Amino acid sequence: MPIELKMPALSPTMEEGTLARWLKQEGDEIAPGDVLAEIETDKATMEFEAIDEGVLSKIVIAEGSENVKVGTVIALLDGEDAESPAAMAIPDGARDRPKGPAAVAGERQDAGSVDPDDAVTPAASAASRRDPAIPADTPMKNTTVREALRDAMAEEMRRDERVFIMGEEVAQYQGAYKVTQGLLDEFGPKRVIDTPITEYGFAGVGTGAAMGGLRPIVEFMTFNFAMQAIDHIVNSAAKTNYMSGGQMRCPVVFRGPNGAASRVAAQHSQNFAPWYASVPGLIVIAPYDAADAKGLLKAAIRCEDPVVFLENELVYGRNFEVPDLDDHVLPIGKARVVREGADVTIISYSIGVGFALEAAEMLAQEGIDSEVIDLRTLRPLDKGAVLDSLKKTNRLVIAEEGWPTCSIASEVVTICMEEGFDHLDAPVLRVCNEDVPLPYAANLEKLALIDADRIADAVRRVCYRKA
Amino acid sequence: MTQSPQRMPAEDPSVQPEDGFRLNMLQERFEADKQYQATADEMLEFYRQMLLIRRFEEKAGQLYGLGLIGGFCHLYIGQEAVAIGLQSALDSERDSVITGYRDHGHMLAYGIDPNVIMAELTGRQAGISKGKGGSMHMFSTEHKFYGGHGIVGAQVALGGGLALAHQYTGDGGLCLAYFGDGAANQGQVYETFNMAALWKLPIVFVVENNQYAMGTAVKRSSAETEFYRRGAAFRIPGMDVNGMDVLEVRQAAEIAFAHVRNGNGPVLMECNTYRYRGHSMSDPAKYRTREEVQDYREHKDPIEGLKRHLIEAGTTEDDLKGIDREIRSRIAEAADFAETSPEPDDAELYTDVLVGTY
Ligand SMILES: Cc1ncc(C[n+]2csc(CCOP(=O)(O)OP(=O)(O)O)c2C)c(N)n1
Ligand SMILES: [Mg+2]
Repeated sequence: MPIELKMPALSPTMEEGTLARWLKQEGDEIAPGDVLAEIETDKATMEFEAIDEGVLSKIVIAEGSENVKVGTVIALLDGEDAESPAAMAIPDGARDRPKGPAAVAGERQDAGSVDPDDAVTPAASAASRRDPAIPADTPMKNTTVREALRDAMAEEMRRDERVFIMGEEVAQYQGAYKVTQGLLDEFGPKRVIDTPITEYGFAGVGTGAAMGGLRPIVEFMTFNFAMQAIDHIVNSAAKTNYMSGGQMRCPVVFRGPNGAASRVAAQHSQNFAPWYASVPGLIVIAPYDAADAKGLLKAAIRCEDPVVFLENELVYGRNFEVPDLDDHVLPIGKARVVREGADVTIISYSIGVGFALEAAEMLAQEGIDSEVIDLRTLRPLDKGAVLDSLKKTNRLVIAEEGWPTCSIASEVVTICMEEGFDHLDAPVLRVCNEDVPLPYAANLEKLALIDADRIADAVRRVCYRKA
Repeated sequence: MTQSPQRMPAEDPSVQPEDGFRLNMLQERFEADKQYQATADEMLEFYRQMLLIRRFEEKAGQLYGLGLIGGFCHLYIGQEAVAIGLQSALDSERDSVITGYRDHGHMLAYGIDPNVIMAELTGRQAGISKGKGGSMHMFSTEHKFYGGHGIVGAQVALGGGLALAHQYTGDGGLCLAYFGDGAANQGQVYETFNMAALWKLPIVFVVENNQYAMGTAVKRSSAETEFYRRGAAFRIPGMDVNGMDVLEVRQAAEIAFAHVRNGNGPVLMECNTYRYRGHSMSDPAKYRTREEVQDYREHKDPIEGLKRHLIEAGTTEDDLKGIDREIRSRIAEAADFAETSPEPDDAELYTDVLVGTY
């Protein structure tokens, strides 16, 4: 049976082409690799090489023919032991169904199966994903956010040998912001690793170690420097589970301070939350207080998915009550009502929650009762919590220490428009930083950043009140 | 009286720096005997595996031509001896492998079923990534094959992490991280060299120098074209290997792997090879002459080269023809499977994004 040589698709976009020239004639002996013809595609002139050995028995499409559709038979080759290349022509269903894939899929499941001990409360119903109830007699401990983060890491490192931390100055120096204080002493240099200043490299090494079965915590001195490493966060960590059909796990945590610090100007002051929150395959967490920081970092370390954990330098030193429990783990993907109210909802996350609470106090003096919601997790975002509160108050403001364009704030506005429109008594307003690189000068910096006054103003507007 | 500073010529084998590092320390051992003494069975197995890759890739090229494979598809034809020579020396229980997007050959070298690889190329549910990765993104965690990565150079740092995991767990494994001559100019490669040498990670970095990065010849992009020397700044010994000779590659692998397994840290191996086809299927390859390609095909082909050894050792042309027939029909079966398998279910769009439920 002769082998049909078909018009090849020579680029991802080619649908037809010109058969510019035949370089072999009918009757010619053909060896694999011989150039048979030249074909002009939408992009270039390409050589069409023979794969099989044989004799060119017939040229079907003459040279110079234009608009030859991909797949058209252009010539016939009499081969020696030709296998049927005509498989395409066999109608659907006429062949045996493929065997094997079910078994293969089963194996994969096993390879990726999760130790039930390790799973972090992955439950289907919203109710069971609430924060676990804290027993009434639980003592509370006054803790800084910095200590809470360190305690979370230390507890998880004690619990699981695979957990380790790497980053610049995390070990001997005890952390550029002292978040890893004491870890080297307790866990030693194998598990508390000082890296060179090499963000792209160590983000890749951390990601690869997660693929290899470890549970790395990769600390960025600040997220500004993770710009060099964003390729591994987005392309290597977030996507491999999907692209491998669920085979590849990448349980890595990228953490460090994010957002504006104080008087360090534009290159060192930026909120990357919306960047990471736009990427499917990532979990993005940005807590505000110490209890959430601890409970969510512990959850992040146990999480089977790659997590971007955004802290805030200005909040590190603040004190909060943290329940003194053996194992304080919080659910990922759940917002928290930090202040209940009836008149208006203020949505925020990270340092913005502090401003929102301050604004709520001011507004209370004026008789406006604000509900404040801390999103805590930005991806997946707790839509339900936003919409439930909107249903109750019918007015909503989002406060975000970050730029307004393509922000978490714009995402929340969209949610309200798409799914909460009928409950709105006023347009949703967002309170964000000014749309400029952050200036150095003290007065300009203050002008650029959000504060409680601006949030209160926006609330008055959605409540149609004058200051 | 002032003393003239003592300079230590790095290449003078009579001078031993304190830690014993010399760039050519492994190369010298290799030069002493470059040919791996393969048994007749091993040689036949190498032949079979290289031919399987060659026929698989030819078929993939055909299926691309028929529009059954989309997007980018990078063929490994010409480079077969590199993957087979190296991977045949691995300890499959422990060692890990990672590479770039030109990954079909490395998968086949594991003996992974050609059906599920071809079905991935055609984007079908039965593909090894359920059709969601395609030609450039294939993985088999079962075999400790970690992909299949589309970002040039990314696999080098990721490989460093796999090596860190070997060291951390003390499983005795090493990581084999492949990258191209073009990838060798990425900054993260050197960031990884530094960390790997600093921490003595068990990793063999392999530059598959096929002379081109897309349309750019090595000379046009690289100040140092002897890639095996590029680890010198990090005290990583280099090896310069003929990647068109599977027995030479295998011999080099034995030396490099032993060095790494003994806790001495990384090795940088350059395998000089050649890709016969364009960079991907849509490359007209006008940046090199036909004569150059023909010269490799006719005089340096890794499969033809091994065939000569086999014939000398008593294998008959008929035996080899039989192997070829067998492989052709195996590949034809894989192509049939890949063409007729169903596409992924629509619902598959939403699976495997996250592992947990939140
Ligand atoms: C970071 C990045 N830049 C550019 C590309 C586009 N690209 C894909 S392959 C390639 C050439 C790489 O050549 P080489 O490393 O020599 O590998 P080879 O293709 O020869 O195997 C380029 C530029 C990419 N995929 N990733
Ligand atoms: Mg190359």
